[in-house]
Amino acid sequence: MSRRARVLLIAASATWLALVVLAPFLIVLKISLAQVVQGRPPYTPLLAWPEGSVLPSLQASFANYALLFSDSLYLDSYLSSLRLAALATAVALLIGLPMAHAMARAPVGWRPALLVLAVLPFWSSSLIRVYAWIGILAEDGPFNSLLVSAGLIDRPLAILNTDIGIVSGLVYSYLPFMVLPLYASLERIDPALLEAASDLGCRPAGAFFRITLPLALPGILAGCLLVFIPATGEFVVPDLMGGSDTLMIGKTLWTEFFNNRDWPLAGAASVLLILLLVGPIVALERQGLKRAEGR
Amino acid sequence: MSRRLGPFNMAALAAGFALLYLPILSLVLYSFNDGRMVAVWSGWSLRWYRSLLDNRLLLDSAWVSLSVGAVSATLALVAGTAAALVLARAGRFLGRSAFAGLVYVPLVMPEVIIGISLLLLFVQIDLDRGFFTLVLSHAAFSAAFVTVVVHSRLIAVDRSIEEAALDLGATPARTFLLVTVPMIAPALAAAWLLAFTLSLDDLVIASFATGPGATTLPMRVYSQVRLGVTPEINAISTLFIAAVAGVVVVASLVNKGLVLGRK
Repeated sequence: MSRRARVLLIAASATWLALVVLAPFLIVLKISLAQVVQGRPPYTPLLAWPEGSVLPSLQASFANYALLFSDSLYLDSYLSSLRLAALATAVALLIGLPMAHAMARAPVGWRPALLVLAVLPFWSSSLIRVYAWIGILAEDGPFNSLLVSAGLIDRPLAILNTDIGIVSGLVYSYLPFMVLPLYASLERIDPALLEAASDLGCRPAGAFFRITLPLALPGILAGCLLVFIPATGEFVVPDLMGGSDTLMIGKTLWTEFFNNRDWPLAGAASVLLILLLVGPIVALERQGLKRAEGR
Repeated sequence: MSRRLGPFNMAALAAGFALLYLPILSLVLYSFNDGRMVAVWSGWSLRWYRSLLDNRLLLDSAWVSLSVGAVSATLALVAGTAAALVLARAGRFLGRSAFAGLVYVPLVMPEVIIGISLLLLFVQIDLDRGFFTLVLSHAAFSAAFVTVVVHSRLIAVDRSIEEAALDLGATPARTFLLVTVPMIAPALAAAWLLAFTLSLDDLVIASFATGPGATTLPMRVYSQVRLGVTPEINAISTLFIAAVAGVVVVASLVNKGLVLGRK
């Protein structure tokens, strides 16, 4: 690459990122310090020019942030988002680990097909998958009819509109994100290690906990982060599957933005959500970058 | 290891894939149900597909979704490939790690945040919301996925071929178009298709970024789903799933060509 082409490419690409990724976040930060007003746009400007003054005066206020911490609606939304996302991550790991393990141990000829089957849901619309899941869990749906006809329960369970319903929806939506990195790290494990363990008298269960699991740890971490981060900010699942009293921050933000039209407060809530997720996101980017750069 | 799977592994596979696919299969099955009640089977019928054809609103929004998808995927392909080239070919430069961080931010940020931040940007610069802002938002979001796909291909191809072209006097632009692009073509195709389906599937970002007159198919489906489960939504979902499955088959065939081409 010539020097000029290189500079041009970097400049063009960096400008694009600055415009569509960086600038939007800076503007959210700015508006989170404003006050809500009637009008277009529905918030106060950050800089004001008082009469007769050349220099603008800064009109920043942290009132929105103070409100977030004093209003139990917001605190409860954050806490219950973190709780439900953590629960969904744990369940997805419990389901995804045996599945990915079996995929990695399947005959080599099966693996590409199994991989496509695991990826396929990622390509299809999450809205449609949530909708399909609602159909399964509905009181007159197949899941309940199965349990009733098997004699396990007397009357259909009300799963929808409960926290269990939300967790199940999150697990169903994000299971492929768990399975893929798990499979990638499990598949790389040299079978000779397990054979050696078995030759030395280690039982399969022992080998799984002492060899497979430690070696799969990077995949487990990546999978958990890939489920936890989007699940925390999820909107569709709590909106369609949650009850009127279940709070998740993605839904609360949406309501604040569209129904209450309090953009500064929604901005502050967004900034706080980003701050909550910074740790997991940085951890995930480190993992992803390591893999992408082949280090 | 080509041993057969044990019963535990078989059960894990069967349970996992049943969980992923049974809901979809049931949705597809009930889209062919004659009755209005979703949970009661009353015979095969195509009546919900016929009624889709009369649903002007759904057809209009399907057209909006397809055109936004095609234009935004093309924009994302250009922007995402440029970023992949910077990461794979431009070497070290000041701010490279910040650049790499920004590239991958849309991959991990919750959609609600992406949507709110883009909407506030459009309001700030006084851009009327509609088709154009929708395209820009989807491109901003899916370019990150393009970068991942194209970057992994770029670091896998043999750089000495590009260097040979440059040594033999080809300009950088000619080298890129005649040597690099053909080598990464399968990844470019797969990346475009991925960006296209991401745009087609998106509800949350579109709800923030759009304005009156540009309602996408997922937004229309969402407003109907809120009112309850109806066979008509099953029918449109089935068409959607069929289209996406078709795209994935094409993409994996293209990628198979990629694998075979390397042998």
